[in-house]
Amino acid sequence: MNFDYFVLPFCIGALILFTILSTRYAMWIVKLPRIDKRKAWLGILKFKFIGSIWEVFRESLLHRKIFKINAMLGWMHMSFAFGWFLLIVIGAMESKFHKSRVFNMPYDPIFLRYFEHNTHGFFFAEGFTFIMDLILLILLTATILAISKRVYSNLFGLKRTTKLILGDKIALYSLWTIFPLRFLAESFTSGLYNNGGFLTGTFGNIFASFLPLQMLEYPFWWAYSSALCLFFIFLPFSRYMHIPTEIFLIYLRNCGIRTSKNHTGYTEFEIYSCSRCGICIDKCQLTDVMQNKTQGVYFIQQIRRNILSSETAYNCLLCGRCTTYCPVGIDINKVRLLKRHDFAPENGFNFNYLDEKVTVAPFEYDVIYFAGCMTHLTPTIKNSMVKILNKSGDRYIFLDKEGSICCGKPLLFAGNEKQARELKYENKKLINKTGAKTLVTSCPICYNIFKNEYNLTIEVLHHSQYIKRLIENKKITLSKSQLNVVYHDPCELSRTNNVYDEPREILNAIANLQTTNHEKDNALCCGGSLGNFVISETERNKITNNMVAKLSEHKPDVIVTACPLCKKTMNKQSDVPINDISELVSNAILQEKNY
Amino acid sequence: MAKKNVIVIGGGIAGMESASYLSAMGFNVTLLEKSNELGGHLLNWERLFPTMRYGKQVIDFLAKGIDFEQINKVLNVEIKSIEKKNTQFCVELSNGKTFFGDSILITTGYDLFDAHRKEEYGYGIYNNVITSADLEKIFMSGNPITTTDGKTPKRIGIVHCVGSRDEKVGHVYCSKVCCVTGVKQAIEIKEKMPETEVFNFYMDMRMYGMHFEALYKKAQEKYGIQFIRGRLSEAAENIDGTIVLKVEDTLAGRPLKMNVDILVLLVGFVPSKGSKEVGKLMGLNIGINGFYKTKDQHTLTNVSNIDGVFFAGSCTGPKTITNTITDARAAASSVASYLLGFDLHKRDIENHEEFWLYDSK
Ligand code: SF4
Ligand code: SF4
Ligand code: SF4
Repeated sequence: MNFDYFVLPFCIGALILFTILSTRYAMWIVKLPRIDKRKAWLGILKFKFIGSIWEVFRESLLHRKIFKINAMLGWMHMSFAFGWFLLIVIGAMESKFHKSRVFNMPYDPIFLRYFEHNTHGFFFAEGFTFIMDLILLILLTATILAISKRVYSNLFGLKRTTKLILGDKIALYSLWTIFPLRFLAESFTSGLYNNGGFLTGTFGNIFASFLPLQMLEYPFWWAYSSALCLFFIFLPFSRYMHIPTEIFLIYLRNCGIRTSKNHTGYTEFEIYSCSRCGICIDKCQLTDVMQNKTQGVYFIQQIRRNILSSETAYNCLLCGRCTTYCPVGIDINKVRLLKRHDFAPENGFNFNYLDEKVTVAPFEYDVIYFAGCMTHLTPTIKNSMVKILNKSGDRYIFLDKEGSICCGKPLLFAGNEKQARELKYENKKLINKTGAKTLVTSCPICYNIFKNEYNLTIEVLHHSQYIKRLIENKKITLSKSQLNVVYHDPCELSRTNNVYDEPREILNAIANLQTTNHEKDNALCCGGSLGNFVISETERNKITNNMVAKLSEHKPDVIVTACPLCKKTMNKQSDVPINDISELVSNAILQEKNY
Repeated sequence: MAKKNVIVIGGGIAGMESASYLSAMGFNVTLLEKSNELGGHLLNWERLFPTMRYGKQVIDFLAKGIDFEQINKVLNVEIKSIEKKNTQFCVELSNGKTFFGDSILITTGYDLFDAHRKEEYGYGIYNNVITSADLEKIFMSGNPITTTDGKTPKRIGIVHCVGSRDEKVGHVYCSKVCCVTGVKQAIEIKEKMPETEVFNFYMDMRMYGMHFEALYKKAQEKYGIQFIRGRLSEAAENIDGTIVLKVEDTLAGRPLKMNVDILVLLVGFVPSKGSKEVGKLMGLNIGINGFYKTKDQHTLTNVSNIDGVFFAGSCTGPKTITNTITDARAAASSVASYLLGFDLHKRDIENHEEFWLYDSK
């Protein structure tokens, strides 16, 4: 058996790491709701782990998503993760072949070159030496990249990198030293015993020419082992916790488990999977207008450290840009909303008045139109929709014609889950009374909640989808104008509900739709979000100003959106006219009439 | 010594009065105006608070100065470029002419807030929603005030602070003149149609000027105009064309719904398009509210950041007619002190930058 005292730090570190990880994971799994636990078990039976392994390979090792965002950043992550992975796997193979034994000490591959001065004469021996040196080289370049990323984050497409906490720092600095130390230790040994490959061998000879390797070799193996030990011990208290945790997260997600309304074990897996890559910082429009640390990464960091402030919980536009771009796939918005429950005031409302508010003659309608409060504040949209609905020939009821029915989403934004539930219950009664089969909303916020949180048995459409259908069914015919328009994707319609195509198809039919650099997933938030309870009007104005400027870049005649709130918000800052898609459609009908 | 030249940009009341004064002081004045008439917004206003004097009388008074001094008026022109060479300004106009000046006085005034931007009030959407400026036009025309289908209104609502004191439209400042304009217009409506009920919806009544308070009192006591403290949240149209108002009555602390036949929006001041253009051409400093930033808020209110360029009137912020005329004369004397080589306008005051920013901190 190979042994020297310097393997102890490594072994102790690894043991501590293993203990902490297994206790944490066990606790989180226990904290999963029963239904999620079931899904996780069933996942094993359904071989969900096979797909997960592939995803782990793609995302945790190759870091495909990070590559998409920035090649340099992707390369750095990939060479670290995949390089280290190969170093472990191939190192293990090498040591097994060398000993021709299936079982050897777990530290054998790590310190192989110290213990085995003769690394020739077994199967593929030269090949192994070469490959191991190549991997080491890759890891060394990754280390250099990592260090320069701290200094020149711009090179990596990041305007800002995350601020580090103590655990991060110790883990980071020990990580930076691991591979250089291994390189030096192996080179020194090779300088003495000539057992290195092209890298360690060459450098070993060079070092031998001017360094007292006899004296240096042993301490450097100690240093290498200690660096590993330090890294292992601090890993659970640093960003690197994401390395093991992400693997579990991927598996659980593949089993169909999602962020729920409460803080469950799954949330723990999510927040510990954050690698603090910082991608969410640059994607967040708040970054440009304020200093506060509120973006996904800081929010998650605060939860981890149990110091989440209500300010951070509520200072977010809930635009979903960070969620869309998070390479780990953390549902940051949902976590943000569930965390707001902890801060929301417990005040009761009584929604019974809704019963008297609307008189519904049952079973006489095909379509319910729900304008929502924001559409009442943008009466042109309301009037356009009424005109379109009249034209459609559908029997419809304008449910909130008199206003004052709330969809409940603002309550959810505020974290008032319970009150929202009561309100939803009342609204649902009302909706069911109509007997209609389709609910059409003008506001994407209403659309989102009706579609995803009401469990309605009838179909829910945003007005852009409804209009699209009317055109297809030839219930309305529209004329094409020569207007050059750009389309602004409202957050709650696009990123949250994947409604990208219908508005574009309509616009292609009635105007000249131009593309912009900020659309679809990369669309910007207008700044009017009801989700943010913290920022000032001045900061909102800045956000709006920035995004309007970007949309007006190619001087469109009109900026079109599909949301009353977006319209209202952009309208106050824009020199280019802002229209809702329904207004354009309504005008297109008018032109046909005049003709 | 050759006469020094002053170019006054903008032929509203500030431009008119400062031009007369500068000419009277012995300078060669050119007055530039983009429309075909001098007088600016006042041309569209029938009567003035708190005296009910006719706006036209004030314009005639100011025009006498212009005629008496035989000021060189250049109408229907816009500015293409302004360049400063040493102490000379070279102003190139849209009609191809070029003027040279030793000093420039900017009197580009204000624009009225575009009520379309406050879509929830329904201007341009509901027929019976008009602005205070539209109402003045009706007064000027001498026609009776009617709804769009020709009926005499039984109830008229007047909304204060439309586009002012409203973070939602990006204007946090008070426009100063609209409160008392609202009172004045309410009285005029009552004088013409005593049977019509008039309601003013205000946030608070800013009756700061001499005799304003008395006018306000008269409106309530003599004319029975009702003042309701509350902000209009939205307006909607009934089938018969009347307007439903949703207001939060902030004194009674409850929401209020009310029907009116005509809704008048008291639109506030916004920095004028002309000010923005000239500001860009010359590189003038703009304050956080979008109006020109004067060198100091107390002491150098006519002085710009460019040597030899001065301001007068509401291009630096909302002003009444009275204040504007006073300001025009003050600006004229600032220009004169500059051109005559006195250093009065050069007196500096400590940290004006810091004090300017006080309200944004
Ligand atoms: S939340 Fe996602 S994007 Fe943000 S730092 Fe964490 S892993 Fe990166
Ligand atoms: S949801 Fe939008 S505003 Fe909120 S943290 Fe993410 S990117 Fe920033
Ligand atoms: S003067 Fe009165 S109406 Fe005008 S902005 Fe000020 S408070 Fe509002």
